[in-house]
Amino acid sequence: MIVFRYDDTFEGVLSAVFDAFNLKKWPQHILTSSDILPLFCTEEFYVQTTDEKFNRVSQAMTKRLPSIALNQISYVWFSQQPERAILIFNYLVKVFKVKHDISHNFADPDILAIRNLAKKVAHERHYLMMFVRFNAINNQGEKIYFASVEPRYNILPFVLDFFKDRFADQKWVLFDSVRQYGYFYDLKHVQIIHLDEHDDFMINGQINDNYLNEDERRFQKMWHRYCQATTIKERVNPKLQKKSMPVRFWKNLPETWHEDP
Amino acid sequence: MIKDSTIKKLEILAESAKYDVSCASSGTTRKNQQGGIGSAHGWGICHTFTADGRCVSLLKIMLTNFCLYDCAYCINRRSNDIRRAAFSPKELAELTIEFYRRNYIEGLFLSSGIIKNADHTMERMLRVIKDLRTVHNFNGYIHMKAIPGASRELVYQAGLYADRLSVNLEIPTEDNLKRLAPEKDHQSIFLPMRHIQQHLLENKEERSKFRHAPKFSAAGQSTQLIVGATDETDQQILQLTAKLYKRPSMKRVYYSGFIPVNGYDKRLPVVKDVPRIRENRLYQADWLLRFYKFDVNEIVNDQHQTLDLDMDPKLSWAIRNPHYFPIDINRASYAQILRVPGIGVRSAKLIVSARQHGRLNLAALKRIGVVLKRAQFFIICHEMQSFKLQNSSPEYIRLSLKEPSLPIMAVPQQLSIGLE
Ligand code: SF4
Repeated sequence: MIVFRYDDTFEGVLSAVFDAFNLKKWPQHILTSSDILPLFCTEEFYVQTTDEKFNRVSQAMTKRLPSIALNQISYVWFSQQPERAILIFNYLVKVFKVKHDISHNFADPDILAIRNLAKKVAHERHYLMMFVRFNAINNQGEKIYFASVEPRYNILPFVLDFFKDRFADQKWVLFDSVRQYGYFYDLKHVQIIHLDEHDDFMINGQINDNYLNEDERRFQKMWHRYCQATTIKERVNPKLQKKSMPVRFWKNLPETWHEDP
Repeated sequence: MIKDSTIKKLEILAESAKYDVSCASSGTTRKNQQGGIGSAHGWGICHTFTADGRCVSLLKIMLTNFCLYDCAYCINRRSNDIRRAAFSPKELAELTIEFYRRNYIEGLFLSSGIIKNADHTMERMLRVIKDLRTVHNFNGYIHMKAIPGASRELVYQAGLYADRLSVNLEIPTEDNLKRLAPEKDHQSIFLPMRHIQQHLLENKEERSKFRHAPKFSAAGQSTQLIVGATDETDQQILQLTAKLYKRPSMKRVYYSGFIPVNGYDKRLPVVKDVPRIRENRLYQADWLLRFYKFDVNEIVNDQHQTLDLDMDPKLSWAIRNPHYFPIDINRASYAQILRVPGIGVRSAKLIVSARQHGRLNLAALKRIGVVLKRAQFFIICHEMQSFKLQNSSPEYIRLSLKEPSLPIMAVPQQLSIGLE
């Protein structure tokens, strides 16, 4: 069994594809330097990431694949799942080995695997559009709408355009409190931000009350009450609710807090 | 500072609006315009789910729940002793914006009890949505309920600011409507419906000539039918639905299982439970009409006036029509494949594109997402030994596929976006 090692970058995966075609070797695994080598490994090969290899493969890839498939690949990459490298690798090898476009042959397990993981990531992206809740905060006299989220995948970059378009006339921050970074929109541009470690702005992943605008708690309360009032008691079905709105998001959703905020 | 009284009002008026089941915020796309707030997307977004599992995408609220009318099926009817409240148009517009800014909602769904008369009520509602669009520069979604009996001019005005206009039919037949809602008749409902339709068509033509003519109710209209409060059969209901869908402007018909909000009124039947399964079957049948190109008479007819509660209408149709099968998965047209139980729109599309690369067998179908448990009786494919339906009596299939129906679809879900 052959194993490739790579540097855990997207450029690295594409370089691995280049090397494989060059050497005519098809690895069973593509691992980072810290991954443990599986049993029965007979050969280890270290992929050198270079711009040249990357450019060649990425150009070929953009030429060969429709944009839907390219999007799927980038979603798979941003999933940060350990298997992402080998999935993309297998997919690209298959694509380059044949002449015609196979990107929608979902009866093929490799192609289906890409599609399915991409779908999960896309789903998470959709969840972010649904379950982001902005809080009006006071930042040195400035009103900013701040939202803290904990997405399963690293997908903040995929929703920026959506929020930028939608909330064009308010300053906002989207903060990923798992990965500890976020984006700030200042009415013109979006830029990456980090929070100062010693700051008391967030406590246990929640915004410190002192920073909230004076009316903020009342809006949360209104939203909470609104959601209670629209519930039809005769039809209560918590299972269905949890299926549509996974509990892992509830922490940031005022409408699900038991006590009125 | 928000007043406690506003919170109270919000609660009362949300409570009063909750029985309207329409929830979609889809059908239009509007980009944010210079400096404004909000956008609308073709597929709409749910922002939360209530404990009953329904999607909340719009601030569904009444301007007021005072009402002159006395419709038996409605909690807001004149004779009901409930708390009443009213927003000022300005107050409601501001509240909508504040909710929107926090990403709680996609927009507003505005309805109202009838105060003074239809036009007076329409005018006040109009003020809310006009404020949103012109004062607040709001580009999010707006759905407004037109008041039965409202004048043509006001319907027109409302359509200029709303993405969707709707009038609820509520009761499928005229006689029953008159009995339960003495102040209403079909005329007062169908007329505004017709106005919406006419304006929409005129507007389309205008816009083809003058690109900047304002859009009129771009997402069309919808309506709601209450199921189980009166004695109409599924056949009557679905035939009405099919007729409504013939109008190019009618986008959705919603079904609302009757909830006894008024136990003592003699005009209403005594029921214990909401007829969820029936409601769910109606949605499934509606789905067949809109996306599967079924003719209404294939689903319900004089021999089959009610939908089968044990199985979905597509399966039930398939069992009644064995001569239509088997379908050869590797050869049949998309339209034919779509009629196989266990194969949805998505799988049918995947099948048609995947089979260009090679013949499909059962394993491939399974991977694609076909529910073989159901589909296997109706198809043949590569490597499949024989056509199963031949060896199985309809009764056997019925029994083996009969399942306690889960009313997951009790409320129409918003489509979630996929990658395709
Ligand atoms: S007119 Fe509308 S709000 Fe008034 S009682 Fe009838 S259904 Fe209810």
